[in-house]
Amino acid sequence: MNPRVVLSFKLAVLAGLVLFPAIGSSFYVELVAKILVMSIFAMSLALLVGFTGLVSLGHAAYFGIAAYTVALIAPEYEAANLWFVLAASVLAAGAAAFFIGLFVLRTKGIYFIMVTLAFAQMAYYIFHDTALGRSSDGIYLNVKPDASLFGWMPFNLDEPLHLYYFILAAMVAVFVLLAFVLRSPFGRVLAGIHSNEHRMKSLGYATQRYKLAAFTLAGALAGVAGFLYAVLFGFVTPDYLSWHQSGNVLLMVILGGLGSLAGAVAGAFAFIGLQEMFSDWTKHWQLLMGLVIVAAVLFMPSGLAGLPRRIFRTVNWGEDDE
Amino acid sequence: MDFTSFLIQILNALQYGLLLFLVASGLTLVFGIMGIINLAHGSFYMIGAYLAFALTSLTGNLMLAIVLGIPLAFGFGALLEKLLFVHLYKRDHLQQVLLTYGLILIFEELRSLTVGDDVHGVAIPDLFSASIALSDNLSYPVYRLVISVVCIALAVGLWWLMQRTRLGMMIRAGSFNREMVQSLGVNIDLLYRTVFALGVALAALAGMLAAPISSVYPGMGGNVLIISFVVVVIGGIGSVWGALVAALLVGFADTFGTILLPELAGLAVYLLMAVVLLWRPEGIFRKG
Repeated sequence: MNPRVVLSFKLAVLAGLVLFPAIGSSFYVELVAKILVMSIFAMSLALLVGFTGLVSLGHAAYFGIAAYTVALIAPEYEAANLWFVLAASVLAAGAAAFFIGLFVLRTKGIYFIMVTLAFAQMAYYIFHDTALGRSSDGIYLNVKPDASLFGWMPFNLDEPLHLYYFILAAMVAVFVLLAFVLRSPFGRVLAGIHSNEHRMKSLGYATQRYKLAAFTLAGALAGVAGFLYAVLFGFVTPDYLSWHQSGNVLLMVILGGLGSLAGAVAGAFAFIGLQEMFSDWTKHWQLLMGLVIVAAVLFMPSGLAGLPRRIFRTVNWGEDDE
Repeated sequence: MDFTSFLIQILNALQYGLLLFLVASGLTLVFGIMGIINLAHGSFYMIGAYLAFALTSLTGNLMLAIVLGIPLAFGFGALLEKLLFVHLYKRDHLQQVLLTYGLILIFEELRSLTVGDDVHGVAIPDLFSASIALSDNLSYPVYRLVISVVCIALAVGLWWLMQRTRLGMMIRAGSFNREMVQSLGVNIDLLYRTVFALGVALAALAGMLAAPISSVYPGMGGNVLIISFVVVVIGGIGSVWGALVAALLVGFADTFGTILLPELAGLAVYLLMAVVLLWRPEGIFRKG
């Protein structure tokens, strides 16, 4: 596809997201805000799965650790400083990813999938029904953080619209950051590891360090998502770290098609859109979701992002760059 | 801790570890021979437990339920392989994860639709409902001993099947070189289907045996799946012997972790896995 067409499509989607609160009701504004948060989460995992070839089935750990960090350090009835709790949550998630990465990156392939899942379950048990996690029902974050910076308050997160635009800005920032990282020499090395790690090693790259850096960055960015999720809904529960959460975000990445940041965002929209639609019809919505997933694997191996490419190719529209 | 309660904990650890072995052995065989990561394996344990519940209410006896349930589970596994898993052999791990995750959602909802979300108990058969008195106020239930004995018998049977029969020989050969075995005239599709169905039957049997102890509840498959993954990681993919040793290690780590460090009850198993990863990242008994 023509890169200009792609860019103008992305900008059109962004414009739609900026203008959305003008037409959407408050219910849909909150829903789209939730999808934007999950887009950040999905993009952070796409860095590992799509671009480095590391299939992590435990990414919810970093999401949940960041969410618990803000809930635990924020004072109970006062507003915490947004910038301080944001930095602390992201640091906690990144540090956890670095530490767990030291262990899990010793393995490959099927082992890596199982070990990331197991470590995430370990993180789950740290917060589930322990003194630290307080109870298995979770913790309320009663007051939204205060955005003031040296006495100046640029926006107020108590306003749903301000919160929406703050989340949208974070999503765009993560998108741009990751796009930049992937084009940098560091990102090229990750792509090299994805296609042939042995060759990268023999070229003299310490691939293990690159993988650890990618794992840590992905964990920190998942932390951004977890932080925003906690602020958006005002509570955290151990379910944020559950393996279903890890499975769902992996689904978003795969549904969107691997190897594209926009695909991860599309996957988040598709997954939560389907979830909302199905749960409107029946409380057994996971049955329909499961059937969609099984059908998608059997009949649509290249994911959602592959779909427009296939359609464009069939109607022979624009030049084909493959 | 006095000697008697120590003995009880050792028996509990053994019983838990042996039960885990039944689940993990199927998982490790399917991994090792077909190269498939199957997240739905925990669901087979859950299905087994619910099968025990349904068939016990129907027939009035757990032992009869198990006898009926094993062929049902085996047939179910063979059908599932024929319809779905056969398409996964040539796909990458990611698509295997995706499809089997979808299956978990489907199985959980079908369970919720047919049996509901309540916790159900399953009665221990009268024959094994007694307890053995170990001291004045401590006793050990016979049924738990029966589970351990059945699991040990199955472990020996599995060893015999893999090492001493023609089928086992073909399975071992098939895990090394699929094409070669095929060109020697072995029906490899049928062989794979048998191994997969065997794995399903073993997991379901573990669920059926565990049903009276743990009762039958939603989400029981997920916990077992993750612990079985830990067992396979520690033991090494494809090694039945490794799965046995690792399952016993996990059983002891979990039981004694809960006693010695009650604050960190859930963590001991994962700490054990972390240590093994530092020591031997490919598992203790990795083959090939």
